[in-house]
Amino acid sequence: MFKIKVSDRENITKTRSFMTNTFSLCAGLVAIGFIFLSCKVNPFFAISAIFADSFGTIYGIKETITKAIPLILIGTGLTFAFRAKFWNIGAEGQLLMGALFGTWIALTFGEFFPGYIIVPMMFIAGFIGGSLCGIIPAILKIKYSINEVISTLMLNYICAEFITMLIVGPWKGSQRFGFPGTNDLPASAVLNLIPGSRIHYATLIVTILFAAILCIIVYKTKFGYEVRVVGENPDAGKYAGINFFRTTVLVMMISGGAAGLAGVGEVAGIHHYLGYPASISSGYGFTAIIVAWLAKLNPLYTIISGIFFAGILVGGDAIQISLGLPAATVQIINGTLLVFLIMGDFFLKNRIRIQRIQ
Amino acid sequence: MEDIIISVLQRTMIAGTPLLLATVGEIICERSGILNLGVEGVMSVGAVVAFIVTFLTGQPWLGVAAAIVAGMAVSLIHAFASVTLQANQVVSGLALTMLGLGLSGMLGKPYIGKPLAIKMNSFAVPFLSDIPYAGKIFFNQSPFFFLAVGLALLAWFFLERTRFGIKVRSTGENPGATETHGVNVSLIRYICILIGGGFSALAGAHLSISYSKSWIEGMTAGRGWIAIALTIFALWNPGKAIFAAFLFGGIFVLQYLLQPLGISPNFLAMLPYATTLIVLLLISLKDPRKLNAPAKLGEPYKKGER
Repeated sequence: MFKIKVSDRENITKTRSFMTNTFSLCAGLVAIGFIFLSCKVNPFFAISAIFADSFGTIYGIKETITKAIPLILIGTGLTFAFRAKFWNIGAEGQLLMGALFGTWIALTFGEFFPGYIIVPMMFIAGFIGGSLCGIIPAILKIKYSINEVISTLMLNYICAEFITMLIVGPWKGSQRFGFPGTNDLPASAVLNLIPGSRIHYATLIVTILFAAILCIIVYKTKFGYEVRVVGENPDAGKYAGINFFRTTVLVMMISGGAAGLAGVGEVAGIHHYLGYPASISSGYGFTAIIVAWLAKLNPLYTIISGIFFAGILVGGDAIQISLGLPAATVQIINGTLLVFLIMGDFFLKNRIRIQRIQ
Repeated sequence: MEDIIISVLQRTMIAGTPLLLATVGEIICERSGILNLGVEGVMSVGAVVAFIVTFLTGQPWLGVAAAIVAGMAVSLIHAFASVTLQANQVVSGLALTMLGLGLSGMLGKPYIGKPLAIKMNSFAVPFLSDIPYAGKIFFNQSPFFFLAVGLALLAWFFLERTRFGIKVRSTGENPGATETHGVNVSLIRYICILIGGGFSALAGAHLSISYSKSWIEGMTAGRGWIAIALTIFALWNPGKAIFAAFLFGGIFVLQYLLQPLGISPNFLAMLPYATTLIVLLLISLKDPRKLNAPAKLGEPYKKGER
């Protein structure tokens, strides 16, 4: 007879954490292979095509970086919220609010100011838009004990419908020939691209700075320490006199603001007008949750995990067209990988031994 | 005017049915201490499986049965992750939703826009459906309506009045003490998650083979998330869930009712989501102590820990 014995692992090294994550992702890819097989698609071909299309060509790499920008930006913000055990599922709505605020600045003041004034104004407005949308659930949670998962999700739907209402109604532009959407942003409000790509480098710089600053805040400041205490040991936090309301609101200001910045980047860098919510963000707010989780809630690691999942998005879109797979393929890949990452955490936190019993 | 009111109330009942089914499922699950955020995904899987099986076999009830089995099967992922592996239930539930929405999109792709040849007919209860007004509203309805109300009452009885119900509730309140009384906490939680998954899938089946009789990607439209909010609104009580679900059914119908008045359809589409927030706020303002969630909701249970 054998008995499986589970006990807590005492020290989790970085190498072990990295190896476990890598192994989980590989196991996840094997599972995805079986799903491909059930669709009568050669799994080896499909999975290698995902990575060849996203990291194997110059064009693929450029597209991957373009999509990594919002993922990293939102993901870094989420690491912060998740550290405080605030389950912000509303990044999608916060991104849309950022896009909305940024667009408003561009359409209202864009013609009167040069780019070096208008672009920073748009980013600031986007940050404010996203953080307003993030503060609401923070207040609802601390003051009225309303579950943040529900409130952030409901705000996603509300923001999406609100934007649709604007672009089919008062904000509808004459340049769209009757289709929903605002007019094009004025030239001064459009972000420059790295030539030959769709990489809007202003947002890329903002993204990397944001990740670095958050990393310093989390690990080097008193506030970052308080955030970690709020998440890991709230009772000790209350005893030590940490102001939960202030901490949570600030955390969600940063997390929502990050998503708002990403929204400005998408509108000003890629679309150049505010259109349907589903076209502004292809589920970045949800994919970023996995990005943050894979990064083990370390803001700097989100740069790596963000690029990885951007690659999955680009490669997934590519094989969806070339192999005739449904649009939901990317969602399946993301969901499966997240399931395996969670399962991997178990083997990271626990020691599993098989003992022989006489 | 009379006809309009009757038809509105009738549609309210139909719109509230999937919300009721999913809410009752989530209540059972949460009472055992497990937060399942996978409702939206499981509902979507239920909708697509029910549609495909009904489409291929022409047997709606076979579709319903297949949907329940499929819903339980995908819920097993959440059960394994949250109970056996003691994973974070928020993240695991989200993964289930992503996976469920993805799988249903993939399975349903060839069936988008195809109408069902055989639909589930509404069922008139003999004699009772002849009662003026109430007969038309309550007793001449989709079979899912009767099923939902019946199952909600059954769930209430089962949770509040049976031995097994006591085990479920104490598992959610104090798993450590429950285990010392010889109850297998993990088994109870597995069972509750699977029952919850079956309920969510049933709600999805109602959407695709009775409510709209077609499959479109994203047809669950956040109903799964609203059900999770309704669980709180109903204060984890399946009996109160009946009122909560049909109240929200009414809000869904109100959208279509107000549209001819020239109000923006997108503004009206916000109503169910905004109402969810307002209702939670009102409960909290009135008496925050009432929000007594199962004590150990969302906390993984490790054997031998108290």
